[in-house]
Amino acid sequence: MSIPIPELSVVLFFGICGLIIASALLVVTSPNLVHSAVSLLFTFFGVAAVYIFLYADFIAATQVIIYVGGILVLIIFGVMLTNKIENARIDSKTNNQIPGIVFTLSMLAMQFYIILNTNWKIAESEPRDTTVKEIGNLLLGKYLLPFEVISILLLASLIGAAMLSRRKTER
Amino acid sequence: MNYIQPFLMLASILFCLGLYAVITRKNAVAILMGIELILNSANINFITFNRFGAYRTLDGHVFTIFVIVLAAAEAAVALAIIINLFKNIGTVDVDQAKEMKG
Repeated sequence: MSIPIPELSVVLFFGICGLIIASALLVVTSPNLVHSAVSLLFTFFGVAAVYIFLYADFIAATQVIIYVGGILVLIIFGVMLTNKIENARIDSKTNNQIPGIVFTLSMLAMQFYIILNTNWKIAESEPRDTTVKEIGNLLLGKYLLPFEVISILLLASLIGAAMLSRRKTER
Repeated sequence: MNYIQPFLMLASILFCLGLYAVITRKNAVAILMGIELILNSANINFITFNRFGAYRTLDGHVFTIFVIVLAAAEAAVALAIIINLFKNIGTVDVDQAKEMKG
């Protein structure tokens, strides 16, 4: 009796899952905030790879560009700007560990119970080609109003962030 | 990979890790990282249900784009607030931020 050889995609998927979970654990538990930020990078890349498994090529590219290129750099800026130079260790204390672990594990158990006991109806699907064209049609057709609203929100939050973080000027 | 459960379980694990960071961390930047993990898990759920449930349309992808834009806006404003907090009270420990109108 021979062990059945799993497909390559299955092996890859579970490897990527392991990468995501390990690096997210490091993000959550590492006492050094710079280590947390760097392992957040691996989490974001792993999530982008999961999007490719789900045939979402455009979302994967967006994830890499915006999360890895934008938000992560912003977070590293935040880590660097909010620590004094003289204390060389950039560390972060934790509190409420025991209640946090109990609450999170019970949440996880509940979600796993629901996921494994639901009879999911899965639509038949075949690998599709690029999704960019259809996303563009949706954004400028069915979702035109939310698209405009979210662009105004983005502008407002940019101005607000610049306002909040500028130096106070003397009058 | 024609099963929905592994993707949902991955999203659930990411969500719980982010929640754990939000509950236990004291540093405001670390709490922000936990929120990013939670938003990523929500995005995985959107894309998963779009792939396995509503295969003909791409509405889940559009919602994911909106969530990513919201995450970017939220990170920018939150970091501006955190930097202001650091300027005013000299630390980013959220337990030390007790005074309003700093």
